[in-house]
Amino acid sequence: MDEQYYLAAFIAVSALATFATRVVPFLFFERHTEHPLVQHIGRYLPAAVMALLAIIFLQRSANWQSGFLGLDALIPGLLVVIVHLWRRNALLSIALGTAAYMIIQQTGWLL
Amino acid sequence: MNHHTFRLTLPILFGYLPLGMAFGVLFATQLDYAWWVAPLMGLVIYAGSGQILAVSLLAANAGLVEVAVAMFVLNARHLFYGLSLLGQFRGAGWRKGYLIFGLTDETYSLLTSRPRSTDRQHEQELDFRITAFNQLYWIIGCAAGGLLGEMVAFNSTGIEFALVALFIVLTIEQVKTLGDNFPLWAGAFSAGIAMLLVPATHQLIAAITIVTAVLLVHYRRLRLVKGEPNHG
Repeated sequence: MDEQYYLAAFIAVSALATFATRVVPFLFFERHTEHPLVQHIGRYLPAAVMALLAIIFLQRSANWQSGFLGLDALIPGLLVVIVHLWRRNALLSIALGTAAYMIIQQTGWLL
Repeated sequence: MNHHTFRLTLPILFGYLPLGMAFGVLFATQLDYAWWVAPLMGLVIYAGSGQILAVSLLAANAGLVEVAVAMFVLNARHLFYGLSLLGQFRGAGWRKGYLIFGLTDETYSLLTSRPRSTDRQHEQELDFRITAFNQLYWIIGCAAGGLLGEMVAFNSTGIEFALVALFIVLTIEQVKTLGDNFPLWAGAFSAGIAMLLVPATHQLIAAITIVTAVLLVHYRRLRLVKGEPNHG
């Protein structure tokens, strides 16, 4: 597929999928908000999806071939957890974790 | 009224400018597209974590079906925001479509927590302005980040870790709000199974399917436990 068409299709698909999550309740759920299954999914799905995304992408940013078995990503990941539990400041946690990962990757420690 | 809206949305401005800029820098340094595509995405997609995930999907040349599923599920929490605003948006007329489009985490928290008078039409007008102001901050952040990433030459190797860090932070926030670790274990279990058994290109969809199944089983078990005294 041509690069420009791919980008345009990608943005259109992303916009539609995102809008769908916001508009579906107004289209279909008006009568089902009280259903216990809907409430159960609403309670647990968002956190479960975030957890699986965090783990899959953490695994992908690590180098498992080196002698350090993924520590190049696990240490910055752990830093994000600690700093966030400590300060609860999202931007600070993200900035420090990303900086730590960049330093490790660029200096070649743990690789 | 604009002055009042600005004051109400000031906390969002401080959140959206840096986060939008982080997205813009990531976009411009990871991908070869023009910088203005970053604010364009802020205009038509308008989702923080969704756009940051989009950078890595674009970099991987992901198939459009996977893109649709990944974006839908990542933003699935929005499904439940709408549920609590059904009444508040009723009768908003032409504004309703944009109010729904602009229902991000931050806008949702502002719209549901601010004090409201009994003048319904006035309040919906203010909801509309709040939503538009917030999106404007986001677009400005995306544009500034895109320009910055394109103009300033620096070694950006490893900057994509911002996505992982964002997901970790959001997981902690969700689990804290919920006060229950169960979804954390359910998500970890599903990710583990998917990573062991499925090739990388389909891991996301596989993990999401498994976690949904786990939640359905969990729901049935809770119902059985709760239902026993009534039925037996």
